[in-house]
Amino acid sequence: MSIDRKLVTKNAYRITKIRNKTALRVRVPGGHLEAKYFQIIQEVAEKYGDGTVHLTTRQGFECPGIDFDQIPQINKMIRPLIESLGLDVDYGDGGYPAAGTRNISACIGNRVCPYANDDTTRIANSLEKAVYPHDFHFKIAVTGCPNDCIKAHMQDFGIICLTEPQYDSKRCITCEACVDNCKKKVTGALSVKNFNIERDIEKCIGCGECILKCPAGAWTRSEEKYYRMVIMGRTGKKNPRLAMPFIKWATEEEITQIIKNTYGFVERYIDTSLPKEHIGYIVDRMGYQVFKKEVLEGITLNPKALVAEHIQWHGYHYKTDMQFNHEGL
Amino acid sequence: MGYELTQQEMKAYFKTLTKQYRLVGPIREKAKGSFSDTDKIVYGVFEDIEDLVLEEKAFYSPKEFLMPIRETLFHFIDGQIVEPKIDTKPILIFARPCDLNGIRRLDTIFLKNGDIKDAYYERRRQLVKYVMIECREGFDTCFCVSMGSNTYTDYEAAIRFEGDHSLLEVVDSTLVTQDLSRVRKTDFVPEYIKENKVKVEIPPTDKVNKSLFEHPLWKEYTRRCIACGRCNTSCITCSCFTMQDVEVSDDGLLDERRRVWASCHIKGYTDMAGGHGFRKQNGERMRFKTMHKINDYHKRFGEHMCVGCGRCDDVCPEYISFSKCINKLSEIIKEESHE
Ligand code: HEM
Ligand code: SF4
Ligand code: SF4
Ligand code: SF4
Ligand code: SF4
Ligand code: SF4
Repeated sequence: MSIDRKLVTKNAYRITKIRNKTALRVRVPGGHLEAKYFQIIQEVAEKYGDGTVHLTTRQGFECPGIDFDQIPQINKMIRPLIESLGLDVDYGDGGYPAAGTRNISACIGNRVCPYANDDTTRIANSLEKAVYPHDFHFKIAVTGCPNDCIKAHMQDFGIICLTEPQYDSKRCITCEACVDNCKKKVTGALSVKNFNIERDIEKCIGCGECILKCPAGAWTRSEEKYYRMVIMGRTGKKNPRLAMPFIKWATEEEITQIIKNTYGFVERYIDTSLPKEHIGYIVDRMGYQVFKKEVLEGITLNPKALVAEHIQWHGYHYKTDMQFNHEGL
Repeated sequence: MGYELTQQEMKAYFKTLTKQYRLVGPIREKAKGSFSDTDKIVYGVFEDIEDLVLEEKAFYSPKEFLMPIRETLFHFIDGQIVEPKIDTKPILIFARPCDLNGIRRLDTIFLKNGDIKDAYYERRRQLVKYVMIECREGFDTCFCVSMGSNTYTDYEAAIRFEGDHSLLEVVDSTLVTQDLSRVRKTDFVPEYIKENKVKVEIPPTDKVNKSLFEHPLWKEYTRRCIACGRCNTSCITCSCFTMQDVEVSDDGLLDERRRVWASCHIKGYTDMAGGHGFRKQNGERMRFKTMHKINDYHKRFGEHMCVGCGRCDDVCPEYISFSKCINKLSEIIKEESHE
């Protein structure tokens, strides 16, 4: 059997361990879709696949056990799904555009979760429009609040939605519910001074918990929505590590532009002698300061935005495995 | 006298009234809900009658226009006492019968509880007139009928909103403006809701005794209630306050005394010097509130404090239903008196 492996994977079909069998991957940007499309996924799995579906870590479906020659029929079948998800429709009946850039995933966000500071699915969808399709291997995820349920800290770009709490002293009854909660659950950014509540802007992470706790409506949300972006977290076989904060109190426009600029940065510095150099390693190689300078190029940041001066990533290196004493072996 | 008004006539009529009155009613505050991208319905000042929100119940009651959340009573300035002036433009409050009955409870607490009237309350109360919003349907959590607060007759005007032919009854002749001379007259009188989805049975006050204090019912609320205080802050009849003496300047020449809402579910309530408090358990707080609302107040003033507006149900993050609590209490008392 002759298959153009590169073309097939570009089309969201993967090479599987079973010879001559492929698996369709259906990514769902922002992780939220209309239930009626389950029917299509079910039909693909039952008619062309082995009748099972795997739920992927990045919020997609994978239908294994499909014959390669069925790809054209399946592509026609999944067309309504692709359209409804707002994916790249230039493909026509060519199927599901997939690429190096991974599905932009999102926690459930403010469509359901009371803690969420924004509609994470909407942001994922709009980022998708800004960056897709692209060959570079980027992992992006959006989480509604610093609880970080989507694990934004494991991404190349983790976006954490924030609000800047606004205090109206005329409504405050000095019950201290906000103060106690911020101390216990968050960073202790609040204190009582002269029966008023003071917010330490260096300590406040914009989680919005104080707003949720206030029984008198003294805390409300800022009109503007803000974001913290953590960068270059990763797993992998070399140096797993958590993403570190790059910018806080940024706007949606700013984070979108930073991500777009990073594609240019990668374009300029990627080591093409390697099969697929991952962005985190490029930043490691070029240094944070170069990265910072180039991705902020042409962006006028809002006056609240703060960019990390230095970043030291932690994590560990598999090759040293210092935790273990191998001498006894 | 009754009138039938088109939307345009209504707008014009109330626009005229804004010259003399601050109009206060349930309005939508965009994106001011605690959850992101949600609105909050609150009592606030509005100018256009179309800004009134009638399809949802306001999260807070209108009480903050009579007893502000924080009210500066006076400043000490270098040995002198100065009372700050308040806005004396009269207020027209648009409210349903439950809330108007609720304000009557506030009147009782501040003006008829002992010999001395509360001057700070009275000066605001004197500014207020009512436009009663006719309420024939109610909302899911209301139990005003059980509390007898579904009707109210001591209003200056009453209104039935019905799109392009709203009906208005004006009792107070000073509210009859030129605008009304041109509109159609009718003999409108407001109707009242006769049955709520929620009904409560209040235990007879003479059957409530101290043995109930130990009942496991309150332990359930110790487990469930998080003492967030929303049931108190949203309640039209909760009227407790505390005092704050604020040092404004370092040299001590300028200070402020203010009163601030306080309530039995909120930290610090009736705590005494030295940190001693009577009701440490949240279930005990729930018991105290319940007794105040449907027992103790009645013993003193001859009617219940709670008016069954159901806001405490609507706002409780732990889904604690006050009407359910009242009914449980009634059941317990019935069972105990059978034994
Ligand atoms: C048997 C004796 C006492 C009883 C039963 C008693 C009872 C109370 C009660 C019920 C309150 C709370 C009032 C409220 O709801 O705001 C209170 C507050 C207070 N008491 Fe006493 N008290 C006693 C003795 C004292 C003494 C001897 C002092 C001072 C030497 C004192 C100083 C205070 C102060 C300063 C407060 C206000 C606390 C605050 O609001 O932060 N009390 N007391
Ligand atoms: S937003 Fe979060 S961190 Fe900031 S003050 Fe409120 S609770 Fe504390
Ligand atoms: S929770 Fe609200 S009312 Fe209580 S102290 Fe904080 S701001 Fe004031
Ligand atoms: S609103 Fe509910 S949880 Fe909060 S204090 Fe009242 S009963 Fe307790
Ligand atoms: S106790 Fe609840 S139902 Fe009764 S008046 Fe207060 S908020 Fe309304
Ligand atoms: S004691 Fe509690 S229930 Fe009674 S008025 Fe005060 S805050 Fe409300």
